[in-house]
Amino acid sequence: MNRSEPIRKAPSFLESLVQRRTLGYLLLGLVLLVAIWRLGNALLENPSLFLQQVTNGLQIGFVYALIALGYTMVYGIVRLINFAHGDVFMVGAFTSFYAISRIQLHLWTRALFPDLNPFIADVIGTISVVLLSMAVCALLAVTIERVAYKPLRNAPRISALITAIGVSFFLEYFGALNFVYTANYITYRRPFDVITWVIGDQGVQVLQKGQEVPAGAIIFSNISFIIIVVSIILLVLLQYFVKNTRTGKAMRATAYDRQTARLMGVDVDATISTTFAIGAALAGAAGVLYAIAYPQVVFWMGIIPGLKAFVAAVLGGIGSIPGAVVGALILGQAETLSAAYISTPMRDAIAFSILIIVLLVRPTGIFGEAQREKA
Amino acid sequence: MMLEVKDLNVYYGAIHALKGVTFHVDKGEIVTLIGANGAGKSTTLNTISGLLRARQGSILFQGEDITRTMPQDIVRKGIVQVPEGRKIFATLSVLENLEMGAYLNKDKAQIQRDLEMVLDRFPRLRERRNQYGGTLSGGEQQMLAIARALMSRPTLLLLDEPSMGLSPILVEQIFEIIQDINQQGTSILLVEQNAQMALSIADRGYVLETGRVVLEGPAQELLHNPMVIEAYLGGHG
Ligand SMILES: Nc1ncnc2c1ncn2[C@@H]1O[C@H](COP(=O)(O)OP(=O)(O)OP(=O)(O)O)[C@@H](O)[C@H]1O
Ligand SMILES: [Mg+2]
Repeated sequence: MNRSEPIRKAPSFLESLVQRRTLGYLLLGLVLLVAIWRLGNALLENPSLFLQQVTNGLQIGFVYALIALGYTMVYGIVRLINFAHGDVFMVGAFTSFYAISRIQLHLWTRALFPDLNPFIADVIGTISVVLLSMAVCALLAVTIERVAYKPLRNAPRISALITAIGVSFFLEYFGALNFVYTANYITYRRPFDVITWVIGDQGVQVLQKGQEVPAGAIIFSNISFIIIVVSIILLVLLQYFVKNTRTGKAMRATAYDRQTARLMGVDVDATISTTFAIGAALAGAAGVLYAIAYPQVVFWMGIIPGLKAFVAAVLGGIGSIPGAVVGALILGQAETLSAAYISTPMRDAIAFSILIIVLLVRPTGIFGEAQREKA
Repeated sequence: MMLEVKDLNVYYGAIHALKGVTFHVDKGEIVTLIGANGAGKSTTLNTISGLLRARQGSILFQGEDITRTMPQDIVRKGIVQVPEGRKIFATLSVLENLEMGAYLNKDKAQIQRDLEMVLDRFPRLRERRNQYGGTLSGGEQQMLAIARALMSRPTLLLLDEPSMGLSPILVEQIFEIIQDINQQGTSILLVEQNAQMALSIADRGYVLETGRVVLEGPAQELLHNPMVIEAYLGGHG
């Protein structure tokens, strides 16, 4: 039989160059070369400074990771980009602000047990603040889901998306009201004292107040340490929860196929609420950590970190939990290292260019599944 | 009576999919619902499972009205569905799929025993227990779908076209398993397009056409009914 086949020419060099993938690989190769050359030089020139930058990148990367997880988990289960998520992060920061400056929650152990070791008292105090913020954010997100998103679950996706943007504006401008947070920058008091260590020629030393950082030394504070440790603990807990618990499995089953999860006896509404709650709790923790690192809170503080965490989630492959973490860590490094070694004003442009290049090569993100049929 | 469906009317928006369907399943029976594409078979099962709501009519399970009961409570009462197209959780391992079947069971030791029992019955699944559900073949997925349903210890098992897309040998095998499950005390409501096979293992059958039961009776009678032969058994019974 005579089948009609379209006649195809071999693509010309120019044509193949503008193909998405080829272009992506070329750019990716180029960026990697430049990065290796630039960073290699930096490492050889001043290894301690380089290490310092990597630590800073790790710190912000973990904060992004905690936020990105909420985007990715919620997207995975209800296919919604929850644009209000960054503002939940902001509420987390403000909750801890009030907990610390108004009710002195971080000092409760000292008040009750004055003889307790001050270090342990600080640890317990800080954990209490973080837990309170997580709880408030979880409650907030569950309420938002019930009130704003659930009624739209069977509506076109764009409706829920626009609603999410509306909720985001609501949280911001409600927060900006004078009897809420006001529209001003507010200085944040940390729940513990900052200790800075200087690592230099004389080994590791505690940096005293007013003391200059000696040239060539790098500094490392308990803030970085706490952010990294708290984030890792939360990530491990999340991983365990999602992989091994009954509810975690129900979440994954519901994300894959809601109707069939119902047939197994899963209460899908409750499972979706749990997902929102967990994502928001992580964002709440991120809010506290962020405020501890950059001690200032303001009603719109969630916008930029929220956006970047969203980018991180897309970079890693939205819907994928390891993807969100990897994407966020890459973004954190890209941002800090470009600020340090290329250009500070350009750092976001560079970070976002990396996103575009990666998406050229892998449109579904690093860990993204190939287009899955609608669950 | 195990299950009693009376005058069921179900709509998809303006589409009237079930127009007064009435049938019942007695304890220990295999009852089959046969009919062509679009007759309303899956709609019937999904309404029983609580995924769809009847606009009119009622569903009684062991004498209790479950017409407005939530899907999870229906599973809890012992009605479990093996859905059309198997609907394995592709991103969960075989073991996790089975655990999802036992989702409502909180007795860990019992789940473990059920798991062993199910894996003994389906040795193929034991070999593949750590693989992702999505990597199984069609036949293995059907086994997994049935095994998963068994994990919830059903009193009444709803099966939606278990023979779909399987080779004749595999269909035989699946139908033997269904009979076996039935002999161990589970009542079965079997939806099929393969009328020959379904009627050969069923006690009774109902023929569904565009949302209505047009014929019912003992399976052996239906097998020899000229209308059934003409429409569903290829014409030369
Ligand atoms: N989600 C839906 N929206 C609108 N109409 C639907 C929907 N699902 C089913 N229908 C319609 O309801 C009728 C019954 O469908 P149903 O799926 O119950 O048929 P079935 O007997 O299971 O068919 P098959 O053997 O092909 O699975 C059909 O006319 C179908 O087009
Ligand atoms: Mg069907």
